[in-house]
Amino acid sequence: MSGVTSTPRARRRAHGRYGRVSQVVTEIDERLGVARGGRTFLDKIFPDHWSFMLGEIVLYSFVVLLVTGVFLSLYYVPSSTVVTYHGSYLPLDGMPMSQAYASTVNLSFAVRAGLLMRQMHHWAADIFIGSMVVHMARVFFTGAFRKPRELNWTIGVTLLTLAIVNGFLGYSLPDDLVSGTGIRIAYSILLSIPVIGTYLAFWVFGGNFPGTVILERFFILHVLVVPLVMIGLVGAHLALLVRQKHTQFPGEGRREDNVVGSPMFPVFMAKTTGFLLIVAGVIALLGAFAQINPIWQFGPYEASRISYAVQPDWYMGFLDGALRIFPSWSFHSFGHTIPFEVTIPAVVLPGLLFGVAYAWPALERRVTKDNAIHHLLDRPSDRPRRTAAGAAVLALLAMLFVASSTDVIANFFHVSLNTVLLVMRVLVLISPFVAYPIAYRIAKEMHAWHGAGQRKTPNVVTRTDEGEYRAEPAPAFADDAEEPLAPTPVPDFIEEPPPPPPSRGTRAIDR
Amino acid sequence: MSEHRTPVSLRGLPADDPHLQGAARRPELVERVLALSMLVGLVLIMGFGACYWINAAPWTLGATMGGGLFFLGVGLVGWGKYLMARGPFVEERHALASAPEERDALAAALVERGGALVKRRRVLGGLVGGGLGVFGIVAVFPLLRSLGPLPKGTLFHTDWRAGSFAVDITGRRIHVDDLAVGSVVTVFPEGTQNTSRGQAVDQTILIRLSNENFVTEPGRATWGPQGYVAYSKLCTHLGCPVGLYEQQLELLVCPCHQSMFNVTNGAIPEFGPAPRPLPQLPLYIDAQGYVRSQSDYHEPVGPGFWERS
Repeated sequence: MSGVTSTPRARRRAHGRYGRVSQVVTEIDERLGVARGGRTFLDKIFPDHWSFMLGEIVLYSFVVLLVTGVFLSLYYVPSSTVVTYHGSYLPLDGMPMSQAYASTVNLSFAVRAGLLMRQMHHWAADIFIGSMVVHMARVFFTGAFRKPRELNWTIGVTLLTLAIVNGFLGYSLPDDLVSGTGIRIAYSILLSIPVIGTYLAFWVFGGNFPGTVILERFFILHVLVVPLVMIGLVGAHLALLVRQKHTQFPGEGRREDNVVGSPMFPVFMAKTTGFLLIVAGVIALLGAFAQINPIWQFGPYEASRISYAVQPDWYMGFLDGALRIFPSWSFHSFGHTIPFEVTIPAVVLPGLLFGVAYAWPALERRVTKDNAIHHLLDRPSDRPRRTAAGAAVLALLAMLFVASSTDVIANFFHVSLNTVLLVMRVLVLISPFVAYPIAYRIAKEMHAWHGAGQRKTPNVVTRTDEGEYRAEPAPAFADDAEEPLAPTPVPDFIEEPPPPPPSRGTRAIDR
Repeated sequence: MSEHRTPVSLRGLPADDPHLQGAARRPELVERVLALSMLVGLVLIMGFGACYWINAAPWTLGATMGGGLFFLGVGLVGWGKYLMARGPFVEERHALASAPEERDALAAALVERGGALVKRRRVLGGLVGGGLGVFGIVAVFPLLRSLGPLPKGTLFHTDWRAGSFAVDITGRRIHVDDLAVGSVVTVFPEGTQNTSRGQAVDQTILIRLSNENFVTEPGRATWGPQGYVAYSKLCTHLGCPVGLYEQQLELLVCPCHQSMFNVTNGAIPEFGPAPRPLPQLPLYIDAQGYVRSQSDYHEPVGPGFWERS
């Protein structure tokens, strides 16, 4: 007996049926007690829906941002000290420029894969924030923010704010002509805040613009402080997701008290890891083939120079658009100035937008008096007023974004800049009021539509012996007919009870 | 056509249950396609290594790395989607809330233990809380104060003085014969053209509008000698350089937010979000014919702020 257990193979077997794996599990479990929790984790079910992938795009572009960002930080020099450039990019040879700009040009041209990493970083940032907005819209329109997930909504809105701030900080670091102008505008916006504005601007910039410390400060905020907070919040966001389990759309066998989908191991892991590779791959392909932010063409920042068509990255577009179209309503009185033409579009407007975003779950609960726990999602048409409100805000943001290109539009269509500006003012003002009723109407119609959520059945065309053609709808699909898939009734506090359509909300999920 | 399947629990499922089969109807074919995708991915990743090694053009690095990751990812996603257990599986959601007794126990612990502490030792609790609170407030001030100087009067003045020579970016003094009518040049008070403050604050746009003295506004009779007028180049909206001069319309245009200033009538904003005219710099031409400033600007340059009257 003792002779048998002494062979290594037998010793391994002694730990359990699965040999070395059993041995490793035993060793870890005796120390950390992970067996039960680990199995629960591997068995964890993730609901499948294409829209749940949007958050994954956010997460994986964040991963790409961290990796490429570490690469860039090895070569970037955060210093406004002026040096004379003598590098491999000859058109700039002999020009005075900040070390920050020189090092950015240098890492683009002299460092192997540097340009690729820089372009990937920039593309990943744009995709990061873009997919964040789309993910947020999905969560909003499907009601995934409702109790018990209000805290995760709050974390998400904070992450979006931080992402936009960090995007701006990173965009500013190369110290090129366009981004330097952006910093100048940011300084003036700080300056515009009543009472404390000048102090705030001087503290942030270490004195009057441009000062000597702003790039160093932006750098440490961009690579350390903000990412650290974001990593913590992303961790909390995911931990809450695991703890509260993912929401799911109503459908066959899907109830408030269960989750239907694929298990964590191996199906979800394979799909999500593959998706990480796809996101990273697409960003790398963009970095390879789609030029972004060619700072060597803009030239180094000099406070007295400027170029045409100065525009920020897309996620700042709505602010720039608001600044362009807001009328020149400055307040001068009692020995003080409040530059409303800056404060309102650049401070009050974003404050209001993000304030409403933070408050929305509470606002909605207040209106609907709905204090129930929700794990089943709404279809956007189930909640016409919420859907319409979201559409109104998106329409406003879209119009503000377009307004950030007034000069380009005027040039492109050969119309007067004044006309474009006036048109944009009107469009921005009316867009929410046009979008709201349209979205509301569409949602209502879709909701009342016979067979909403059901698969369409084909028409069968038959020819009689006399040569007459006849089209008749085919009988419903077998699996549709087998069990009508009414979603678990969710108390609808917002809308009056819908007229009883025969098969409202019935849907088959085809997998 | 999809087969109808009811969600089942993963636990205790027999190994031959159809839920554990892949979704592919022709698994061998799918496997071959996925293998091809992954093989392409592997080859491209190897190509990335090769391109990096020989220092090939940046786009080849991105193409090989991006393509490689993409095709590997497609293979892996396809593997998970078509060849692994198709499900659907179901898992119960357990209520997040604890039992009422447990909640009561927590509240009791907080109130009875904690409350007793505070009630009996109110002074100690107050001192600790007060000390930390005061520290929080006091710590803010030195922290803020070390971030930068106080604004004081610095926003109200530029480096233009009585008699400052106007020089261009290279430091060359501007002579009365230098500019033709309709031309513009960016100038700085001599000595500041290479400093960041000179660049950011003192920048001034010098325009020659005619050959005679030019009066842009009543009370500025001597400010535009021999047709030379000078305005602060900082937009009164957000401080961008007002760098575009539309010669025919005699408008200065800010490229950032398209404010337009009419240079013939005191740079009053004609269009756009800028709220105030560009401040005008009073000039004179000295005996040698150099363009010089009579004084500093008479008002703060650039965007608005609270302390500005």
